[in-house]
Amino acid sequence: MAQSSLLTLDDYRQVAPRGTVDLLRRIGERLRGRRFVHVSASRYGGQAVEVLNRVVPLLNDLGIETSWEIIIGTADFDQVVRALGKALAGTEQVITDAMLGRLRETCLDNARRLQLEADLVMVHDVTPLGLVESRSASGRWVWRCHQDLSSVQPQLWTALRPMAQRYDAAVFSVARFAAPLSIPRFIVYPSIDPLSERNREMTRAEQAVQLDRLRVPRDKPILLQVGPFERQHDPLGVVNAYRLVKKLHDVRLVLAGPPPAPGGDALGDVQEAASRDPDISVIVLPPDPHVELNALERAATIAIQKPLRAGFTIEVATAMWKGKPVIGTIAGGIPFQMVANVTGYTVETVEGAAFRIRHLLSNPELIGRMGAAGREHVRRNFLVTRHLSDYLAVLAHLTEHAGG
Amino acid sequence: MTPTEPFVFLGCLELNELLPHEAHDARELLLQLERVPVESIFCHTSAALLHRPVLPEAYPNDFALWVGTDVRDGRLAERLAAVDPFHAGSMERVREELIATIGDHLQHLGAAPPRTQGRRFRFFQLHLVPVPTGHKARNLGEFRDAIAEVDVSAIFYHTIEARYRSGRGRGDFAEWVGSALGLNELADRLAHIDPHAGSLERIRDRHLSVLSDALAGEVS
Repeated sequence: MAQSSLLTLDDYRQVAPRGTVDLLRRIGERLRGRRFVHVSASRYGGQAVEVLNRVVPLLNDLGIETSWEIIIGTADFDQVVRALGKALAGTEQVITDAMLGRLRETCLDNARRLQLEADLVMVHDVTPLGLVESRSASGRWVWRCHQDLSSVQPQLWTALRPMAQRYDAAVFSVARFAAPLSIPRFIVYPSIDPLSERNREMTRAEQAVQLDRLRVPRDKPILLQVGPFERQHDPLGVVNAYRLVKKLHDVRLVLAGPPPAPGGDALGDVQEAASRDPDISVIVLPPDPHVELNALERAATIAIQKPLRAGFTIEVATAMWKGKPVIGTIAGGIPFQMVANVTGYTVETVEGAAFRIRHLLSNPELIGRMGAAGREHVRRNFLVTRHLSDYLAVLAHLTEHAGG
Repeated sequence: MTPTEPFVFLGCLELNELLPHEAHDARELLLQLERVPVESIFCHTSAALLHRPVLPEAYPNDFALWVGTDVRDGRLAERLAAVDPFHAGSMERVREELIATIGDHLQHLGAAPPRTQGRRFRFFQLHLVPVPTGHKARNLGEFRDAIAEVDVSAIFYHTIEARYRSGRGRGDFAEWVGSALGLNELADRLAHIDPHAGSLERIRDRHLSVLSDALAGEVS
């Protein structure tokens, strides 16, 4: 297999549904020569950026001239962006006119510097939202909002909405994340890259090396939750579900997440809860833990995602791609990735999670069947090739209907 | 399509547009069904096959699924599931049947309809971008081989989209086999493949089975 950074679309023939790559090549021929610009606030970190790292080269491979521009700002601008991010997620913040003015000024400065002449400009998330105020008459502009706007602070949305309305369309990850707008709103699910370090095939020997490094024994069935050690991801609820399961099944629980941000995290409580049970592993992941998570997900028997509030939570799809049944809540994007009772179970309580885990452990043939169904479901709906297809559909739909 | 013309396979890219119409109970569902573009009716009935996993027990359209799982009104869900876009003749007719079914249900309910206990119903419409897959067929063997290879969206485009939105007769596959190859009995068999097979892959498999039988000489 080619190195991850050198992959071409043809490398995806081995994993995408049959006929998909040929269809993408054909639509590429039809759209050849169009210019497609993506703009985001960063080239590093976050699932949306990871997808762009793959999608941009693949679009170029298809003959669509695609570039990726980054908006830059000063330190005080970064503070404004952090506050905006929290307010968009529904945490009350003080957003002043001066902060909104800073957002506008930074976008204006960047608009003079960036190459934004294209058939389609796709602006990712709220930081570069104001670039649209400098748009030229030619080309179509789309706002790609990856965040959940269902709980956005109302005063903030009142200020941002006029900017969003200047786009030709908006793209949201699921319908429940979408804000009310009078421009067309399209839905494009996030995706996983099956050939990335996080999701590529991995030998048992390589898995063993990673698990040894993480000090996770492979002597018992493993229940795994991957996610931040924050209360809204309910790691303590997962521990309690594990304890109910443990009364009847000898299992191991692994909770893996990034180092917590300062203040308000639940890591201390989780470590305390785990300290008296050698079968609970609490793993604070290193930066870019793709290989580690790949090994953990492959070693798991059942994946759990039990957040109380969540974004899209693409970890559901990554676990399903590795053939694991998922026990998930109905928060965020989780129910949109699962087929309840086919690829796993949706639950609302600690007791519900424990019941479903016990049911699976008592019926191991179900684990294999649900895992296989989940992998096929992801193959058809959550691979990066589908994401590419959706972006090509946006490009074709908007640029072929330009002015119409 | 002239008799000598090869069959050119088209797949499609899809783009889902969220409409501003929502419903929290059956009464709102009825109200919105009267207002939404007919494209949205297509999206939630025939086109539901595009994303449906293999779920033999699932209701065949999004309205019945929502009423059954989120509103938990089993009686209405069963009745909505019986509205069959594949025999209704047009999407406007499907709309009328859905409205009449919900209207009758509400009239006999004798109380306010139950509200959703889960998700609200959000209406979508589907934009399709047709794309040649690069496959062409001049005879039955090439036709079967292409059906085995094409992206599954081509199965959707030539059977479901052709027949139920664009009104192209019995679907492109049956029409071509009948008119270009003159195999009318085989065309009838293709036209009668049940679109409720469960998934597009199953519809593909059934086409392959019928075509393989024909190539083996069982159907002339």
